[in-house]
Amino acid sequence: MKNLISMRDLSKEEILYFMEIARKIENGEINPDMNRKVAALMFYEPSTRTHFSFATAMKKMSGQTITMRGSVNSSVSKGETFADTLQTIAQYADIIVIRTAVEGSARYASEIVDVPVVNAGDGANQHPTQALLDLYSIIKTQGTLENLTIGVAGDLKFGRTVHSLVQAMSDFNPKFKFISPSFLKMPSYIKDDLKEKNIEFEELEEIDKKIDELDILYVTRVQKERFADLEDYEKAKGSYTLKKSMLDNVKDNFKVMHPLPRVGEIQTDVDDTKYAYYFPQAKNGVFMRQAIISILLGGLDETIES
Amino acid sequence: MKQLKVDAIKNGTVIDHIQAGKGLIIADFLKTGRGNVMMIGMNLQSKSFGKKDIIKIENKTLTSIEMSSIALISPKATITKIKDFKIEGKKKVELQNEIESLIICPNPKCITNMDEVNSVFYVTQDENNVVRCKYCEKKYSVDEIKIRI
Ligand SMILES: [Zn+2]
Repeated sequence: MKNLISMRDLSKEEILYFMEIARKIENGEINPDMNRKVAALMFYEPSTRTHFSFATAMKKMSGQTITMRGSVNSSVSKGETFADTLQTIAQYADIIVIRTAVEGSARYASEIVDVPVVNAGDGANQHPTQALLDLYSIIKTQGTLENLTIGVAGDLKFGRTVHSLVQAMSDFNPKFKFISPSFLKMPSYIKDDLKEKNIEFEELEEIDKKIDELDILYVTRVQKERFADLEDYEKAKGSYTLKKSMLDNVKDNFKVMHPLPRVGEIQTDVDDTKYAYYFPQAKNGVFMRQAIISILLGGLDETIES
Repeated sequence: MKQLKVDAIKNGTVIDHIQAGKGLIIADFLKTGRGNVMMIGMNLQSKSFGKKDIIKIENKTLTSIEMSSIALISPKATITKIKDFKIEGKKKVELQNEIESLIICPNPKCITNMDEVNSVFYVTQDENNVVRCKYCEKKYSVDEIKIRI
């Protein structure tokens, strides 16, 4: 595998391979060495969290990073410039991590340069490193990815993270509960895909309705701007805010996940319950990104054998 | 039962077995306003198709891009070349699995609409007339897309 562009490109076996390598890195079974390797972090769209996570991953393997930031107004739409910038940076870096608002830009980048390209988010399209770290968090807490009941709450219409997650989990026979305000429901193209694959799902408007049936509750942000007026927002807010009192009868293995940052969807009193998993989830992101970088840069096979 | 006859042409191309209703769309992008005589028959009875459209164009041979476009719009269409009132070659249009440059991605945030990137669309095998953009990965039905001629 040379690039990580889209979850759509990955087979079930490849997904499990990423899980395996992340686990071995976390356990200290393998210790990939990126000494004298440089990762270029091209962030045309700001994302402090994702940037930090990649930089940490590289540093934990003794590697270096260089960062290029586009201003909010700069886009990749300057014709020659984007291709030329990529070609130039590819002369310096051993691997390119790219985030933009333009959909398909990571795929395009991978066609232009010879070094591996990692998609760190391309608009509303894909965010495969987030999907993989989410899966890693699920397998770590549940012991398996198979046959789980997963609640997905928040902005399901525009949330690329939840789209990738649903897509990535589809290979593992899940049951989904989609929880959102009515106008932020899961788009029909995703539901059609699920129907085609005979995957069971149910749409709900209250977060606590079926919470006792869930193995995982994946909460995402709902942005105020999505609402027509503030009153609607305040009204809807209550129905998808997770409170400690809702957790009285949840399953023992139940875990709450969130890609962070949260803006009130999970009340802080949930934090000290054993069900809160969003901060460890962020930590898992570093192990997963270490795994991704080392798989794409190669040389892992020797590491595993030794 | 009486058949409506569309006039025979001396030299040119006959596009037959077009899904009823799609004839005008095909005629539109073939843009034969350049002087070629074009006849369009719509909602003709066909033994195997129910209703169909048919197009005859004088003095025109279709390019492979035009044939792909026709396949996209009406996958069961047939193309017949006519020379001196005789059938010279007849074939079914074929949809390639990968269509390059031909389709304009309807997604305004797609890189193919922002940069000098040629569009590439995959034809999904399981569904009829559905294509997926290689770059932004969005799926579109043939009715939603525009074709670049
Ligand atoms: Zn596109």
